[in-house]
Formats: sequence, C-alpha cells, structure tokens
Amino acid sequence: MTNAIIQFKQVTKQYDNDPAVLDHVSFEIERGKFYTLLGPSGCGKTTILRLIAGFTEATKGEIFFNGKKINDVPANKRQVNTVFQDYALFPHLNVFENVAFGLRIKKMKNAGIQKKVREALSFVNLDGYETREIREMSGGQRQRVAIARAIVNEPEVILLDEPLSALDLKLRTEMQYELRELQRRLGITFIFVTHDQEEALAMSDEIFVLNKGIIQQSGTPIDIYDEPINRFVADFIGESNIVEGKMIKDYLVEFVGGQFECVDRGLNPNESVDIVIRPEDLEITTLERGNLQVKVDSQLFRGVHYEISCYDKDGNEWLVHSTRKAAVGDEIGLYFDPEAIHVMRLGETEADFDRRLEAYSAGDAHEQ
Amino acid sequence: MNNKVTRNLYLFPYALWIVLFVVAPLLLVIYYSFFDIEGHFSLVNYKTFFTAVYLKMTLSSFWYAFLITVISLIIAYPTAYLLTKTKHKQLWLLLIIVPSWINLLLKAYAFLGIFGTKGIANSFLEAIGIGSKQILFTDFSFVFVSVYIFIPFMILPIFNALNELNPTLLDAANDLGASKWITFRRVIFPLTIDGVKAGCQVVFIPALSLFMLTRLIAGNRVITLGTAIEQQFLVTQDWGMGSTIAVFLILIMFLIISLTGNRKRGV
Repeated sequence: MTNAIIQFKQVTKQYDNDPAVLDHVSFEIERGKFYTLLGPSGCGKTTILRLIAGFTEATKGEIFFNGKKINDVPANKRQVNTVFQDYALFPHLNVFENVAFGLRIKKMKNAGIQKKVREALSFVNLDGYETREIREMSGGQRQRVAIARAIVNEPEVILLDEPLSALDLKLRTEMQYELRELQRRLGITFIFVTHDQEEALAMSDEIFVLNKGIIQQSGTPIDIYDEPINRFVADFIGESNIVEGKMIKDYLVEFVGGQFECVDRGLNPNESVDIVIRPEDLEITTLERGNLQVKVDSQLFRGVHYEISCYDKDGNEWLVHSTRKAAVGDEIGLYFDPEAIHVMRLGETEADFDRRLEAYSAGDAHEQ
Repeated sequence: MNNKVTRNLYLFPYALWIVLFVVAPLLLVIYYSFFDIEGHFSLVNYKTFFTAVYLKMTLSSFWYAFLITVISLIIAYPTAYLLTKTKHKQLWLLLIIVPSWINLLLKAYAFLGIFGTKGIANSFLEAIGIGSKQILFTDFSFVFVSVYIFIPFMILPIFNALNELNPTLLDAANDLGASKWITFRRVIFPLTIDGVKAGCQVVFIPALSLFMLTRLIAGNRVITLGTAIEQQFLVTQDWGMGSTIAVFLILIMFLIISLTGNRKRGV
C-alpha cells in the first residue's frame, strides 16, 4: 500500500474544442510532503489545483483521494482547503470571523471555535488581530489570515494558488521560510502552485514541472535542477546554456566544434542530443586552458556573483556565473568538468528518462 | 487665490441649481404649510394631519410602498443574479432598462388597455374558463403596474453589486464547506446588501408619493400621500394643507434615507 493521498489517472481537462488544458495527466501525491506545481502561465497548474479542490470537473480520467474516487464529490464536501492567489478573504467579516467561517458551517460549539481560531491565528503569528477588519490588514497579514482560515479546518491537504505572487520580494522570501516551516510543523500535505522557479526549488520536497498541459518532469528540486529532462525544463529551472550536440560514443560528446568527455552512456552512437551546462559550472580561465574560447559581451553585478554573457565564434551565447570579474571585450577561456555536461535525449519521455538514470546508478554500483 | 476664484466659478451653476430648485421650493413648502385655507397664519394644518383620516392615509401609503418594494425586491434579486450569469449580460440588462425610458403616462395608458373589461388580460381569463373579472381599479392592478414600473430601478443597483462581487469569494466559501444556500446567506447577500438598500430607496421613496397611477390604474380606490397632495393643490385648492402633507412626506424620506444609509465598507 502506498502512502498516496491524491492520485490522478489519465486526467484530461478540455473546454469545448480548444486544445486540452490538461492532457492525460497522471501522478500521485504522498501524504505529508510539500509539493510544487511549477510552470509558465497557462500550463495547467492552476487547473490541477481547481480539480483537486473541486471547483472544476475533469473532462476525462479519474481523481482519487485517500483511495476513493472523488470526481463527483462537490467542493464543499472535500477534505482540502485552498489559499487563494488574491486570498479571497470575506470583506464583510473581521479576521476572527473569516477564520471561523469553516468551523461555523460545521456547527462547532462557540467555545471550540474561540479556541481553534486563536490557535490558528497564533500559528501564523497573528495573535491579537481577531477584531481587525480585513481592510486594515497589510498584504502579508492578509496572506496569514488566508492560511489560518485554511489550516483551522484541519484539512488533509492544503492547496496554495500562487499565494506569494502579490507580495514584495523581501516579504516573499520571508513567507517562503514560514510556509515551509508551517508545513513541517503541521505535517499536512501542501500543494503549492507557482511560476517562480526559485520559490519552487527553495520550498519543495517534490516539484512537478508542467508545460502545455503535460507534466514534463517530476522529482526533488536537486534532481530537476541537476538532471533536467529536456530543453524546456532546463530553461525554465534556473539559468542554462543549452546547445545542440552529438553523442559520439559512450562518455564522449561533441558540441560547438569540440569533443568532450562526459559521464553519460547508453545512447546510440552519433545520436543528436541537447547539451546543458549551468552558468555556475563554467569557470573563467586562460584561452589555452579553456575548453571553450569566448569573447565577453556584457557583465552584470548580481551581488553574490557576476553574470557574464559571452559569445563563442559560432555565435552561441554562454552565460557564466563567477565571483571573478571579467573585462568586456576580452577573449577568455571557459573550463568545465565532465560532470558539468548534462546530455538530454530529444523527445525522451519521463519514464524512459528515469529508466536511463537508474541504469547509470546500477552500472556504477556494478563497476565498484 | 486665483485657483479659489476659478473653483467658485465652477461651483456657481451647481449652487444656483440647488438654491433655485431645492432650497427655495423647500422653504416655500414649509412657508405655505403654516397658512390655513383663508390665508391666515396658523398651525391648524398640522393639527389636521394628526387626525385619523390623514394618519390612515399615511399608513396606507406606507403599506402600498412597502408592498411594491418587497415584491420588486423578490423579483429583482433573482433576476439580477441570473443576469450576471448570462453571456451577454449588458445586453439583457439594457432590455430590462429600456422600458424605464418610456414615459410613465404612456405605460399607464397601455395598462388601461390591457387590464380593461375588454382587454387582453380578460380575454385570456375567459379563454381559460375563469371568466371576465374586474382587474382595473383594484389594489392588485395598482401594485402590479407600480412593480412593473419600479422594477428596473431595483434591478440596476443589485445587478451592479452582484457584478462587482469577486467570484473567488464564492469558491472560497465553497472550499470552506458552504453549500450554495449558505454561500448566498453568509457571503453573497451580505456583500450585496448595499445594492439592495439603494434599490429599496429608489423604489420605496417614489412609491410613497405616487399619485398618477393611483388615479389611472387604481381609480382613486387607493389614496396615498401623493394623491392627497395632488387633491389639496388642484381640487380643494388648499395649498396650506397640501404643503403640510408634503412637509411630512419630506421628513419621512429623510428618515428612510438616514435609516438605510450606506455605511461604505472597504474592499
């Protein structure tokens, strides 16, 4: 028996004859983890959330909650609560009544409501704000009220629809820590929707990267960052240098006119591939020692590092993150390790990709 | 300094309007109310107003205005709600508003035809076997036509309030376990109450002083304060008494406005 709390089986959502918003999506959500649905706007991430909450119905496919099919269960009968993007706090009720809304509907005794609302508000550091009106609260405080309103009902899953997007940068970073911390303390499953990859990497146990109604890749933040499955994921998660290449044979790949050692194997000889090298894996060195010879085009100071944009003789752009400064117009060498080269097969499915990665680790174990 | 002069200049038409058409008539009405029918200064009109005849009339005015408002509200709220759900809501709204552009008198005459002894309504009643009835000059026809005339004014503010309602609030209520009915009671209605109040004001207050419909449709069977004022001015020529009734009508209006006043809530 798995620990799955939510399961999607071949779920499709389509409006009239428009292209499908979700196209045969299947996945499992495990109990007690922090999940992030990540993707550009229109990728279907919010639709997944609305399907789980029950605000919209699947065109095809099955949705399970605790092993029971919930396609036809109305939203008000589901054990999930949502924190909305615009918070959707009731403007005619004060903070206390907003948080108490769900409990009042359950006809809980007044003393119980008092206790639970106070607990929930203290959980989000809003003690003493009970009698405030919503309009008197700042953006960050409204956010907390919305979270308190969700957790007070003790749902098994909390859905968060881009809840941090309306906050300024500093508050957003603060709330990232708080949300993560909150999830750990409560131990309930969080499903967080965002288009901000940094947010996703920082907070999640598991990330689903979505594009065009399909889950492109799922995995831990480190897996997804280090082993992106395709161009879209590599590009969407973090900064990337992506070039076309050719797998000459196992452990040898050719791109931008050179052949380089790499750690990938098991691909067909001379197979066309995409190559990803992260900007922080490129090291500035002398022309002779460099694997690549490039010309510095522009340089931005980013605080912790310099972001240096270079072009090679074929006109490919190479983005470098370095603590060392370069001079614009200089010819420099770029060095990278074999491990820094990430090879992506074209059009590989997630299942095939996972199988290939597993084969590597099995092979490594064998060699040892 | 110069700014102040320009600002006062802009204010001038407004001030002139208020003085000529609001303040002056009000003062005149109050002034006339202190004169008896012979033109002597006296408080007799006020004494008369507190006699059974006029108090009954006031009560009956209230009763009919109340009926008209309540029935309008009962019809208008669901209609406005449905309108916000339709695809071309502005068009549907326009279709409902259009009749209110037509002159009141014309509409009243149209109903005379429809409700008359040989009108469509009676032909219909005969056709379905109920038989011809006296429809015109009854309380029913008076309330019916009044509701018909006032309903757009009730729908409009309620429609606007419903239209401004953030739809995620309904999702949120639903998410927190509220059924459709509880969502309506706890969220939709409280958040559109200002629209309801505005609608009730614009229906109830004019309904208090209706007089043409009482004559044409109700055949003077329904006497309201409006009818009484008209009678005093045009028939009895007792301007003093007419003014006194008007003073009370104005007081009642202010009272209603202050009672249903909008306390504007933040978003």
